[in-house]
Amino acid sequence: MIIAERKPMSEILDMVKDAKKILVLACRGCVSVCSAGGEREADILASLIRIGLKKEGKKAKVSTGSLVRQCDKEYIDAIDQFKGTYDAIVSTACGVGVNFIANLRPKDTVYPGLNTSFMGGSAEQGIWAEQCGGCGDCVLHLTGGLCPVVRCAKSLMNGPCGGSVDGRCEIHNDVECIWQSIHDRMNRIGQADGLDRIAPIRDWSSATHGGPRKTVRDDLTVS
Amino acid sequence: MSFTPNIQAFCCHYTSQQSLAEGPEGLKADGMPENITINRLVCGGKLQETTLLQAFEDGADAVFFVGCPIDQCHNKKGSERAAKRVLAVKNALQELGLGAERAEMFHSERGFHIEFVEAAQLMNKRITALGPAFEGGAK
Repeated sequence: MIIAERKPMSEILDMVKDAKKILVLACRGCVSVCSAGGEREADILASLIRIGLKKEGKKAKVSTGSLVRQCDKEYIDAIDQFKGTYDAIVSTACGVGVNFIANLRPKDTVYPGLNTSFMGGSAEQGIWAEQCGGCGDCVLHLTGGLCPVVRCAKSLMNGPCGGSVDGRCEIHNDVECIWQSIHDRMNRIGQADGLDRIAPIRDWSSATHGGPRKTVRDDLTVS
Repeated sequence: MSFTPNIQAFCCHYTSQQSLAEGPEGLKADGMPENITINRLVCGGKLQETTLLQAFEDGADAVFFVGCPIDQCHNKKGSERAAKRVLAVKNALQELGLGAERAEMFHSERGFHIEFVEAAQLMNKRITALGPAFEGGAK
């Protein structure tokens, strides 16, 4: 899922400083699962905005709403139900949601309530860890299912580097050396021979280096 | 200008049962400041961040929660969860420039213990010295 965190309140309050009617719009997708931008978090943020404005001696009507997701046109259309209740939207979706509202609601003002962090999973309750960089050219079949693109600090394709010590990364002792883990795992599952193959120089054009990406599925598109 | 803070106390059913049995007059005799409003919850686990924040929206200058000792919660994790939520509110208040000290977590054993009243006295003293949370809040 997409992991995100609330932006600092100083940033958010600065965004809405001129708004008189603010809609804090939750997303019931990924960001609700990682407790960053679901209905509960939108309620908290709305309250914090009201308290922040009160402290600054300002007045604005701050309400909340939520959409099933903010990354599909059909759900963005549901913003119509809040018509007249806002002059600024603070979206607690990931950056995709904010972009979708900006794309589809040309006259609406929308601000991000969250910093979108990464694609990851729940390591344990309250802790999320990055697992996938969305690079567009997956090598997990060659690395025992562990991603060197995003879980190696240097995105090495032929690791580990010389900085790996006792299975830990040289950037920080808290970070596992994913290449050590890849070697351990490939040995464990009987695929160590695969590590003799030298990965070629990587073409990063499928990642963000090639500009905005788009997937077209002819079997799904309808005119 | 004299200032009597509006302090909202939240407490779990078990922690506060005997204390509240004293009644307002009994608690007053024990030293409970009169400007403390007690809000009783079924368990610390039911405490929501929005509940504490709403108190500030409604004019509170400070909030605090009194729950069971972490390892003696009747519902296992309620007091621990409450402490986490109070911490989240403390952090948010700090971010907003209101000061983390306007929210506090206390742990107290079941039954009537003077610590229940002392928590209120401590907050009352602290917030009286600190002043109103919002401009124009002094009475």
